[in-house]
Amino acid sequence: MRLVLREALLTFRRAPLLSTLSVTTIAFSLFVVGLFGLVAVNLQQALREVAERVEIVAYLLPGTPIETVTLGVQDIAAFPEVQSATFVTEAQALARARGELVEFRDVLRELERNPLPASIEIKLKPTLRDADHVNEVADRLKGFGFVDDVRFGRDWVEKLDRLRQIAAAVGLVVGTAFAIVAIIIIGTTIRMAVLQRSREIAIMRLVGATDWFIRMPFLLQGAIKGMLGGLVAVGLSFAAYALINRWLIQAAFFSREQALAIVGFGTLIGLIGSATSVGRHLRRV
Amino acid sequence: MIKFISVFKAFPKGGLALKDVSFHIAKGEFAFLTGHSGAGKSTVLRLIYAEEPVTSGEVRVSGYNVAEITPREVPMLRRRLGIVFQDFRLLEDRTAEENVAFALEVTGARRATIPARVSRVLTQVGLAVKAQAYPRELSGGEQQRVAIARALVNEPTVLLADEPTGNLDERATRGVFQLLRDINASGTAVVMATHDLDLVRQAPYRVIELQEGALVYDSEVDEARDQAAGP
Repeated sequence: MRLVLREALLTFRRAPLLSTLSVTTIAFSLFVVGLFGLVAVNLQQALREVAERVEIVAYLLPGTPIETVTLGVQDIAAFPEVQSATFVTEAQALARARGELVEFRDVLRELERNPLPASIEIKLKPTLRDADHVNEVADRLKGFGFVDDVRFGRDWVEKLDRLRQIAAAVGLVVGTAFAIVAIIIIGTTIRMAVLQRSREIAIMRLVGATDWFIRMPFLLQGAIKGMLGGLVAVGLSFAAYALINRWLIQAAFFSREQALAIVGFGTLIGLIGSATSVGRHLRRV
Repeated sequence: MIKFISVFKAFPKGGLALKDVSFHIAKGEFAFLTGHSGAGKSTVLRLIYAEEPVTSGEVRVSGYNVAEITPREVPMLRRRLGIVFQDFRLLEDRTAEENVAFALEVTGARRATIPARVSRVLTQVGLAVKAQAYPRELSGGEQQRVAIARALVNEPTVLLADEPTGNLDERATRGVFQLLRDINASGTAVVMATHDLDLVRQAPYRVIELQEGALVYDSEVDEARDQAAGP
């Protein structure tokens, strides 16, 4: 095992140029994937922020006894889709209106009677903030006797849904395409490394090295190159992110898990790429 | 030790590389494989070390039935053989010593035993003083000695040599041939493919001659028959 590791590392010393080339190729391929990933991450973040504002408001009939409302709020909060249900009294509604609608402050102050109804504000769980669930919850709310009217931005929720679907579809297609291109480029680079050592492989076979033994250093080396490439790609993505953040717009970066996933993906591609090219080479000779 | 029983070998694109070849080489024997280029000498050797599949017939080498060998067994078979080529096949970026050690390392020899075994075979081939030299710093004859040392270091029962003197001048040829005879004298069977008839005539060894894939002369069989027939 120590020998396998040594052989794998020796390649970097024996063929520094080709090794650097492989790592750079892997890094830039993954960098492109990473940049796209950054766009996806930020788009998702933006959509999540928008979705955060998806809210359903149930206006209550005037004069509903407080006990009924409290029970109702408990019922609604127990809906599987619901994250929170908050009771807003008429007085609270008025106070809020006064605070928010500064232009009408005078009008609101001079009112003899509070025209605003009490309401229950409902927030759905983050993953369920789509048109279907919103509609369903709204329908169920209408079934409560003390509910006068249910409001939510229907158009808006539906548009958000569409946007989410488009983003997911584009993400899947473009992301897959980038990943495939990266795999092909990386595979070719590793194939060059194998061909460069074909003489050595031939001699190893001749003196009776097992296929496993011949394969291992390449797999290890491929994995190391993939990992280095992944690390460089994350570094480049971070640089790009820092630049964008500084000069263009406030953006989000990958979470630690996502960054690790990129490095892991690089390692995996390096491993698979070398496994297939060594395998093909061994079968051919 | 090595036994061919009606062996046929087809070229991948049609035609026969070997036609009904049978012979038996005993333990510790020295045998020449002769014939023109393309007669099938290298094919015989490649079948012995399982580089190519047998089309039909039986090839037995050191306990293995090569015609039915599994890919897993091939490395084990090769560890019992030493193989030497006309073009030496050394790794240019390793010293003589490292080239020899390579054969031990990649077959999983115990690390601690490697230096002693390497220096012993390098001494045996007369290159102990050049252990640190790279192939480009060695003459052709010396490079072939390194290759022979590499072939010997796993203590094979048979040494296969495919035109081992083909790239060497006369003096180096004599030296390498003498080395092969010494190796044989110490008990290792040697099968040497060559078209150098001078070399063949120099020594009283068995000669197996191939012509267009067929075995046309085997000194052991033919001389025995001649003697039996009487003068």
